[in-house]
Formats: sequence, structure tokens, C-alpha cells
Amino acid sequence: MVDFLWRALAAGLLLALVAGPLGCFVVWRRMAYFGDTLAHSALLGIAFGLFLELDMQLAVIASCVLIALLLVSLERRTRLANDTVLGILAHSALALGLVLLSFTRVQIDLQAYLFGDLLTVSGRELAWLVAGVAVAGLVLLTQWNRLLSLTLQPELAAVEGIAVARLRVLLLLTIAVVVAVAMKIVGVLLITSLLIIPPATARLFARSPEQMALAASLSGALAVLGGLAASWQWDTPTGPSIVVAAALLFLGGLTLQRRSAG
Amino acid sequence: MTTASPDHSVRRLDTATAATCDPRALLHLHGIDYHSGGRQLLLQVHLHLQRGQILTLIGPNGAGKTTLVKIALGLLSPSSGTVDRSPGLRIGYMPQRLQVEPTMPISVQRFLALSPGAQPADIAAALAEVGATRVADARMAALSGGELQRVLLARALLRKPELLVLDEPTQGVDLKGQAEFYRLITSIRDRHQCGVLMVSHDLHLVMSATDEVICLNQHVCCHGHPEQVSNDPAYLELFGRQGVQAMAVYTHHHNHEHDLAGEVVDDPDHVHGEHCQHRHGPSLLHNPRRGG
Repeated sequence: MVDFLWRALAAGLLLALVAGPLGCFVVWRRMAYFGDTLAHSALLGIAFGLFLELDMQLAVIASCVLIALLLVSLERRTRLANDTVLGILAHSALALGLVLLSFTRVQIDLQAYLFGDLLTVSGRELAWLVAGVAVAGLVLLTQWNRLLSLTLQPELAAVEGIAVARLRVLLLLTIAVVVAVAMKIVGVLLITSLLIIPPATARLFARSPEQMALAASLSGALAVLGGLAASWQWDTPTGPSIVVAAALLFLGGLTLQRRSAG
Repeated sequence: MTTASPDHSVRRLDTATAATCDPRALLHLHGIDYHSGGRQLLLQVHLHLQRGQILTLIGPNGAGKTTLVKIALGLLSPSSGTVDRSPGLRIGYMPQRLQVEPTMPISVQRFLALSPGAQPADIAAALAEVGATRVADARMAALSGGELQRVLLARALLRKPELLVLDEPTQGVDLKGQAEFYRLITSIRDRHQCGVLMVSHDLHLVMSATDEVICLNQHVCCHGHPEQVSNDPAYLELFGRQGVQAMAVYTHHHNHEHDLAGEVVDDPDHVHGEHCQHRHGPSLLHNPRRGG
């Protein structure tokens, strides 16, 4: 196979591996909109990266982390409902990113940022992805039980000695990092789907949180393989193909479960 | 008068000095004020709890019971006042509610294993102690109210607590289940010699299962030792007569307004005893012979 295809495959599978378990928390904690907000703000990062001539990936990670921290402090200060705050931030960030990008003299492929461009992943971008996935994986492996406790009952977790506020921020930052490195693969508009659809598929069959996490990784990996294959075969856009594959897996799982139940 | 219940402050200060040298003391809250968003939620609350003692907080909705419990646990810091916990105090906490997301597949056993350091043998023992061995493999989201309550108690016991804190433990449990639960708490206290701080609505049920009751309505309205009091013939007579009405009397007597200092506002019908600025059904506990 060709070199770029190997890189694309490695990048997609690595992302699926970590997006599965992390996505479980997004599903359990109902944070889908939070993921969207971060993803939308990634475009703002690109604009700043171009203006300040920073490394693109670094600029995107920095902007996602900043937005995550901004959300934490906004949540504490405003009396608005959480989804309202997220909605304001998500769409302002996306709009501002698009406006700022129109000022740059550099011609950029907006399509690639919005919908991903897995097949053009460079060695350098792959390295960033490996680093991001490693950080997120480390957090998930070492904090798994604590994160479960936090998700089930934060006050009980606090009484049992967990630094709840710090752990919550750590989880948000981990999601921010994964969203930032995932942008290249499925694009700003589709990132959250990789955090939501594979865990939803896994939920149909899992009997424990750990099974759900592993099954989510597996179904995400299958979606990446399927999406890449479809893209290779029919020349469809890679990012959307991966998401369609993930959705088909979910539908398949749903039918299978219905059939075995009925 | 600007401060509430001066009698109580004095009495409680005495115990406060005793608490510092008493090896049985677990928890001492002194002069707790708490306000949030411009609202005074707690005013000059004192509370003292010893090893082997069951202390129940009762009071109407919004009386600040849960806030006080959170302050005792260290989840909230009081606006003023001091919280003394005995050094290295191990607390088992049973929260008011636990809503397991239906999207999270987790069994009772796995849930209990999340308690830091819990071994499988400890989990089996804790489940046996609360009589919930049967649901060990059940899904958390599928438990009934009574089962969930026992599982939460088992999780609290896994801490090998010196202090057990239960926030409205019998919410959503039927009457028979509630009585059983209070018996269970008493037997746990007897076996482990831990202190128990619990919040309750069901005054008449809890009376037989507690050593001391604090009636809270932002400030401490009244407090007393039901066991001593209930041995008094005059009290027995009174309680026998009023027992059925206990809840009604209790609710009725909270139908008054307090100002921020805890004084009753504009209620000429209210009798003010010397222990409280106003009297409640249960405040008879202070002095049963004078009650009625």
C-alpha cells in the first residue's frame, strides 16, 4: 500500500482507540455539546495560527484548551443554562474563526478543516496525534476509577478523598486535546461524532463500563477502516465516510440487539 | 435581640470546651453561619457528635439540613464558625440521591469496588451487613429505591467509618422499609461503635432510632435526648396522646416566618419558651413536664 494510506490508517486507528473510552464519559456525562463547542473553536485556533505564524496543530490545541478553561470559569460565573453558554461560545468561535480566516492572505482549504482530510496527514501531524493520544490514554488509564466515581456521584467522590474540581478540569482538558488532534481526521463539524457514536454502539452490548470503553474503541476502529475503504473504493470524502461507517455500525448493532431481544 | 438561641450557644460552648479533650468526640460544629446568594441559610448552628451516638437533623424543606451536612463533611465551607473533626476521621457518606445514567452499564459489585481500596471480601461483607447480597450482580440502574439505599449504605460502610453521614436515607422508601432501615442503622452503630449523623423528615419513625434530635430551621430551634425524655412518665403520657399527631403538630409549628436573626416574625399565637424563642411540638423534649 501507499505511504500516505499507512499514515492515514495509523492516525485514524490511534484516534479511535482513545476516542472510545473518552467518548464514554462524554455520553455518560451528557457533554456532547461541550465537544461541539471545542471543535468549533478549533477553527479560531487555525486563524490565530495563521496570523501569528505558529505551528497549526499547536495553535489548535492551545485554542481548544483555552476555550475549555473559559467554559469552566463561565459556568461558575453566569446564571445562564449550561447549553446556552456553550451555544454562545460554539457559534461565536466558529463565526469569528471564519471571519478572521477571510482576512488572511494565505489561501487555505476551508473544506479540509471543516470535514477533515485524513489522506493528507503528514508525518509531523501524525507525531502530534501520537502525543495527544498518549496524554489522553495516560489520563484515562490512571484516573479511570476516579472518573467513574466523579461521574456517578461527585459529592460521594469528594468525601472519599478525590479532588473533584481538579479531576473535572482534567477531564475537560483531555477532551480538548483529543478534539484538537482529531480535527485533521474528521474535521471541525464531525469530531464529536467520533466521541458519541462508537460509545452509543458499544452501550448496546456492554455489561460493564470497561466493556463499553473497549467496545467503543473497537467500533471506532472498524468505522475508520470502513470509512477509509469506502473512500479508497468510491473516492468519497474520508472524514464523512468514517462517520457514515460509524453510524451504520450503530444501526447494525441496534437491529442485532432488537432481534436478539425479540 | 440579634442572635438566635442564646441559651443553646452557652450550653454548646460548654460542650465545646469538653470536646477538645474528649477522646470520644468525632465532630464539633460551632457557631456555623452560612449564606449564599444573599440568603441566610444557617445561623449560629452548633452541633456535637460522639462515637456511638446517633444524631438526627429534622426540619422542614429549606431548613438548611443538607447544607449543614455538607459543611460537616467539608464539601462546603461555612461563612463563619468553626468545624472540628477528630484528626484523621474516616467518614462514610450516603448521599441523598444517586442517579445512575441509564447509558452507564454498571453492576452493584463494580460500583462498590469504586470505593478506594475496597477488596472483594470487604464488598461481600458490606453487602451482607446491609442485607443486599442478592443484588450483587444486578445493574445499578435497575435497583428499586430500597435496594439502592442499602447499596449506598454498603458503599459508606466500605470506608470502615468512624462517622456515618446519611442525608435523607429513607427518601422514596415505603413505611415498612423505613422502619427496617432505622433498625439497621442502630445495629450498625452497635456493631461498629461509629457516630451517625442523619437527616430525616420522618420524625415519628426516627424518634426510636436516635440518641439526640436537632430541629433545624436555619437556626437550631430545639434539641434533646429522646431516650431520656421518653422514660419520663409524663412524656410517655403526652407522647402516647400526641404520637399520632406528631407529624401534624410538627409541621403546624413550623408555619411561621423567621427573620434573619431567627426570631419569629408577626405571629401572636406563638408561645415562646425559655429554651427556644418559640415553641414546637418536639421542643417538649426540653422539659416534658412543662409541655402541652
